[in-house]
Amino acid sequence: MNIVTDPSQKTLHITRDFKAPVEKVWKAWTDPKILDQWWAPGPWKNTTLHMDLREGGYWLYYMEGPGGEKHYCRGDFESILLMDSIKYLGHFCDEHGKISPDFPAIHWTIRFLPKDEHTSSIAVTINMADPASLQILVERGFKEGFTMGLENLDRVLATREVLFA
Amino acid sequence: MRRDIFQAIADPTRRAILGLLAVGAMTPNALAEHFQMTRQAVSSHIQVLTECEAVRLEKNGREIYYHFNPSKMQELDLWLERFRKLFEDRFDKLDTVLKDL
Repeated sequence: MNIVTDPSQKTLHITRDFKAPVEKVWKAWTDPKILDQWWAPGPWKNTTLHMDLREGGYWLYYMEGPGGEKHYCRGDFESILLMDSIKYLGHFCDEHGKISPDFPAIHWTIRFLPKDEHTSSIAVTINMADPASLQILVERGFKEGFTMGLENLDRVLATREVLFA
Repeated sequence: MRRDIFQAIADPTRRAILGLLAVGAMTPNALAEHFQMTRQAVSSHIQVLTECEAVRLEKNGREIYYHFNPSKMQELDLWLERFRKLFEDRFDKLDTVLKDL
């Protein structure tokens, strides 16, 4: 996996190869039953509540932590090109999908690139268009870790990882 | 408003200042010579950088020196590292899922 940032750290580019044809990776990314099996990192569990994969549609899901805490997120699809790319605007929200105004939106672009019949390459771009986005995210999680003491850092970082869900 | 390291690096001039100071401490005059802008403009960037603690001021006799604070920059590395781990984790799971698909 390769991860690079632009100099101002507003955009992250992640690329990763998978030993599967692009059709399968696309399915794993767009079929909620499969997506829920891998989207949440570590011990977190992902549950999709709504998936309407089309322009103007949205994906509503939550991640549940080992302590039972839930974080709700939604992605509003901006463009879908079959087995080519998905663009959406990611928000934090409540269980009904009502967008939280406290968090700035994050632009996601996922590109599906066939390498050969058995391999594909995925390129994810995460853009925090508003420079304040990163600041808020960081202040909500990462920096608190330092002020609260290192013993809480893992917990905070775990929460912060979810912020990038 | 609270300042943080992400604000420090959000601006190209500030990144250039950090690049220069990473090589060695500099006086305000020496630093300003590197930029095609007023001393005042440079010093306002310095002010942001010191508020973010990316740069600290030290007096040496009558001269002030700007010093680079590397520990602050490690926050960025740590942040990126956590981000990397999040995606590695996620994609390792996807590998497993794809095997059974």
